[in-house]
Amino acid sequence: MNVLIVAEQFQGAVRKATLNALSAGRELARRTGGKLHLVVLGKGIGPVASELAQYGAEVHVADAAALEHPLAEAYAPVVAEVAKAVQATYVGAAATAYGKDLLPRAAARLGAGMATEVLGFGGEGASVTFRRPMWAGNVLAEVEIATPVKAFTVRATEFAPAKKEGAGAVTPAPVNVDAGALKTRYVGFKEVKSARPELTEARVVVSGGRGTKGDFGPIEALADALGAAVGASRAAVDAGWVPNDWQVGQTGKVVAPELYVAAGISGAIQHLAGMKSSKVIVAVNKDPDAPIFQLADYGLVGDLFKALPELAAKVKASR
Amino acid sequence: MPLKILVTAKRVEDPESKIKVKPDGTGIVTDGVNYKMNPFDEIAVEEALRLREKHGGEVTVASIGGERSATEIRAALAMGADRGVLIRHDGPLDPFVVSALLAKLFEREKPDLVILGKQSIDDDQNQAGQFLAERLGLPQATFASKTESLESEAEQKKEPGLVLAGGGKALQVVREVDGGVETLEVTLPAVVTTDLRLNKPRFASLPGIMKAKKKPLQELPAASLGVDLAPKVVVKRLAEPPARKGGVKVQDVDELWKKLHEEAKVL
Repeated sequence: MNVLIVAEQFQGAVRKATLNALSAGRELARRTGGKLHLVVLGKGIGPVASELAQYGAEVHVADAAALEHPLAEAYAPVVAEVAKAVQATYVGAAATAYGKDLLPRAAARLGAGMATEVLGFGGEGASVTFRRPMWAGNVLAEVEIATPVKAFTVRATEFAPAKKEGAGAVTPAPVNVDAGALKTRYVGFKEVKSARPELTEARVVVSGGRGTKGDFGPIEALADALGAAVGASRAAVDAGWVPNDWQVGQTGKVVAPELYVAAGISGAIQHLAGMKSSKVIVAVNKDPDAPIFQLADYGLVGDLFKALPELAAKVKASR
Repeated sequence: MPLKILVTAKRVEDPESKIKVKPDGTGIVTDGVNYKMNPFDEIAVEEALRLREKHGGEVTVASIGGERSATEIRAALAMGADRGVLIRHDGPLDPFVVSALLAKLFEREKPDLVILGKQSIDDDQNQAGQFLAERLGLPQATFASKTESLESEAEQKKEPGLVLAGGGKALQVVREVDGGVETLEVTLPAVVTTDLRLNKPRFASLPGIMKAKKKPLQELPAASLGVDLAPKVVVKRLAEPPARKGGVKVQDVDELWKKLHEEAKVL
């Protein structure tokens, strides 16, 4: 049973999460004895296609002016056509904003049921199951998809990035999209300029909460020493101390970095739901009874304004 | 131009509730769990109300589920929505089926705009809006946000983040995407799904709650809509994630550094 992974390119560069999705696709192809295909869409993306071909899958390139911007309305029919052409049973992507916007629309076109944010697979052949989080990761579900074609997105942090393994074929994909008939018009993109990594992609995340009393200086300084992303509890966001898109939690961003440092965060259920899949959790809090300590691999009872700069100094000294 | 808006209000477990899986893995323990409107749907209802306040029109709120889902419709009516439709269905649902039912409701109601929460915080699928748009051949703008912060003056004045364009024939939507915000213009009718930063939902006032009791709430049996009600995503079993051992305290930053460096090897 063949597998089609939808790649994501942004301004001519392959998004990192695509390589994780590719690994998930390779695992599925192995479990089902199928072939792995990749589709990439955009305008003037020849170099991206050649780069992707080095990962060993057959790359289908939908390169057209009508696909200049990632509009789900335009992309979904192209993905569905490629899926049909390569007889894909499984169609997947990384669970990025792009993947979550596009895949369900492509799935609807293919009459496919879909599993979002898949963490792993089970079973073989047609009875492959998908493990995915529900209730913001408080519950893990094993699900089956009952439609002939099955769609999914994967949480990138759960799959190792694919390695280059020799050139695969590059095939042009047909694009039957009438740009004039689209009911979606791209207006613009405003980059949120940050030298820090994406919160959901970062290897290390340093988050602050109420205990910062609004001063994120030590949080940001430690994050920068570590090359980490900065997160925040809902309390810090609600207080207006930091931008809303820093919020880690059930109704914010769900992260699973290798190291999560929670400073001045007591550990409300809704925050824990967004970070408890992190590999190693460090908590720094003045209150020895804060619930975050029950979850933390390493807890330090103390003042974050003293501890964080000390830790940052050690990190810098070790480099 | 007055807008006819259809908005969703799903009944979900309160995010503050502790979720436990039943020992046999067939579901979650519902004893002692509170229910409320999906937080992303609350944002959807708020946005619909702001659009109606600015442009006129009507806000219809829909929910799919058992009779208790009427509570969430009443909550939206108490916020200010005009009328409710409860598609009655007992048993499991998935976005495939939900979107098929909403597509039937769309054909009956013929709204200019459908606003849904980007995901419900129980199954966390984040699919229903996108499925609905494709089923109806409509444009979609997912993860609607706005450029002004939730502390801004526009937010204080309860200005809608969704902006009518093209002489009322289209809608400009700022979307939260990876690494920034994107703006799309979608021709109406369209499907929009809401992200956290679009607005701060209002609380229902006491007069609002009183008025809501008299607002029309229509019930439609799901089985009457000609949709296959069998979920396509079949949950085989549920489990709680492995408990973290946790609880280890370190004395000072020196010890913490050592542990991270030598034991966990993450630094």
